Amino acid sequence: MISIKLFDFVGAFAENKDKAQTLRNDQIIPALNRGEEVILDFEKIDAATQSFVHALISDLFRNYGNDILDRLSFKNCNETVQKIIEIVVDYMQES
Amino acid sequence: MKVHLPHGGFLGNIDQFVRGFDSTEPDKLVITAAEKWLWVHPMVLSMVASLALKLKKDNITCQKITARSGHYLKRMGLFDFLGTKSGMDISTHDSSGRFIPLTQITSSDGLTRFITEMIPMLHLAPKQVEPIRYIVSELARNVLEHAETKDGAVICAQYYLSSNKIRIGIADTGIGIRKSLSRAHATNSDIDAIRLSLIPGVTGTTIREGGTALNAGAGLFFIKSIAYTNRDFFVIYSGTGMYKLLKRNLKEKFVLHANPTIDRHSEQKDLPRWSGTVIGIDISLDSTEEFTALLDLIRNTYSRAIRERKEQRHKKQAKFI
Repeated sequence: MISIKLFDFVGAFAENKDKAQTLRNDQIIPALNRGEEVILDFEKIDAATQSFVHALISDLFRNYGNDILDRLSFKNCNETVQKIIEIVVDYMQES
Repeated sequence: MKVHLPHGGFLGNIDQFVRGFDSTEPDKLVITAAEKWLWVHPMVLSMVASLALKLKKDNITCQKITARSGHYLKRMGLFDFLGTKSGMDISTHDSSGRFIPLTQITSSDGLTRFITEMIPMLHLAPKQVEPIRYIVSELARNVLEHAETKDGAVICAQYYLSSNKIRIGIADTGIGIRKSLSRAHATNSDIDAIRLSLIPGVTGTTIREGGTALNAGAGLFFIKSIAYTNRDFFVIYSGTGMYKLLKRNLKEKFVLHANPTIDRHSEQKDLPRWSGTVIGIDISLDSTEEFTALLDLIRNTYSRAIRERKEQRHKKQAKFI
């Protein structure tokens, strides 16, 4: 299991999609491919955009299906961040 | 090109300003202004500054600004973009200054820096900052990802004490919404493309539901939803089309719509051509809904829209022979 502290990469406002993409490709996907579970830790992040979260996780649904949610967890999310994540997760499962 | 800065140009009457924009002779820019009183929305300033970026400074002429309120133009940094002298002396540390001057954003990291360093200049409470930085990030990233222009986005914002509003303008001189969407969606006109861009799940990067790894096609829908909820103006001008979200009538039932034509709005389809995209938005700080409550509404509308479109696509019709 690996835990990724997003604040270290994107600061308090998670909006930079390029960094989301880098995190996904360089850390999240390799860990999932090794069979590990991944925890995305949003500690000290006070807001995120839908675009950022989409860039971070949408491809995981495409690559691994909706069961990815059994291997991916979100930690230390405030209410705003949690709602944004829920919007993206809903969207990816509906589409 | 000719632009006349009017005595009053806010989003409610921005159509008049846009109709007066002369896009002929694109290799030069002539700016005139109202003589006694001058007031323009940041959307107008962003437009003028983005036009100036495309030209040699020798090809830009600006009438001497005589209106007392013309100091606003200098304070917002317009003359730096024009490469002309204003002839006005003001303190750049004006005490009333709760504004973000005209800023050009050309890179992803530049946008992150802008949000980190500039938004605090508005001196707002955290609750008020939340929708503003969200809007700025999504709009500017749209430009960086879809406009295909090295000049990037030009953005500015101003806080108005009397109305307790933040007014934001962002402009680019890129390929415009219609051409951007055309890679995945056929449209009949610029206004048709603008309408489509406001529908959640529509992106120019793919026809596939769910978007791509980088684009969900939800940014403009989120922003329209923020404006609708707070009863604020929201304007998109691209090519010859303009969509303006009007203030929601308090008597009408409060419902977020995936289809922008259901919202109270106005449309123009025969404006002088703007090669690129311009967006103006007002955010009332009196009525800023809790951002989290807004996200609940968006979640429901967004999911429903995707589900309905998917059902529509896969639904088979009875065959009558």
